[in-house]
Amino acid sequence: MIDKKFIGYTLKPSILTVDRTRLQFFAKAIGEKDPIYLDADAARAAGYADIPAPPTFLFAAELDSGATDQLLADLDIPLAKLLHGEQSFRYRKTLCAGDTVTVQSTITDIYDKKGGKLEFAVKDSKVTNQRNELVAELRTVLVVRH
Amino acid sequence: MTASIQVGDRLPTLQLPPVDRTTLALFGGASGDHNPIHIDTDFARRSGMPDVFAQGMLGMAWLGRLLTQWVPQSRIRQYDARFAGITHLGNAMTCSGEVVELLELDGEACARVALTSANQYGQNKIVGEAIVALA
Repeated sequence: MIDKKFIGYTLKPSILTVDRTRLQFFAKAIGEKDPIYLDADAARAAGYADIPAPPTFLFAAELDSGATDQLLADLDIPLAKLLHGEQSFRYRKTLCAGDTVTVQSTITDIYDKKGGKLEFAVKDSKVTNQRNELVAELRTVLVVRH
Repeated sequence: MTASIQVGDRLPTLQLPPVDRTTLALFGGASGDHNPIHIDTDFARRSGMPDVFAQGMLGMAWLGRLLTQWVPQSRIRQYDARFAGITHLGNAMTCSGEVVELLELDGEACARVALTSANQYGQNKIVGEAIVALA
């Protein structure tokens, strides 16, 4: 069982500088062919500062930094039992190549269902950019299957 | 077209090719999700799964494409997904969406869009919604 003492657990801040080549790789991986996600000139012509990070890209920050791995280790959640239950994004600004974001997350709830066969951990994140502006808020529900 | 968004409008659907191992490997690298359960069949089987399966965030990225081919990304205010089932190798997902409500969010005229990603057998794997600004 995930110890409920981890409600309030704060992940180490994750800092991610968004670069074009990573976004181009991400676009390839999801089959995105729209030029604004591949070409800086096309993105600028569409009114963006540079290639925009697709709507779900921000989820990478805590994977890249190792914060997610550390969370799973601390809460004693094995990868083999982990599922993604829900994911939410609230957007304030469009993130583009060249931006650097800081993601700061807290575990805000831990509960179980089906007599403990399924456990849930809720993680809430705030994302700010290099100008300390709020870019987005994320909520992740992790599921552990037993 | 999006200037006249109405309740009941359907988004142009997005049909994906069947999920294969190459796609899972590329997405693992690009998204930063290196969980071997999505890329290493041996690990997946030891974990009690029949084979590797798609990252939830891959399916959510595809539904994101459904949105951004319909409205500019800068107009997406909220995007939520519930992962309703595992997307297996060979599943060919169809992403679809429908405008279900016009509303005001923080003083801005918006539309709420119901989203689903279903495989070729009609099984919903992601159910979600988005709120997009009308202008």
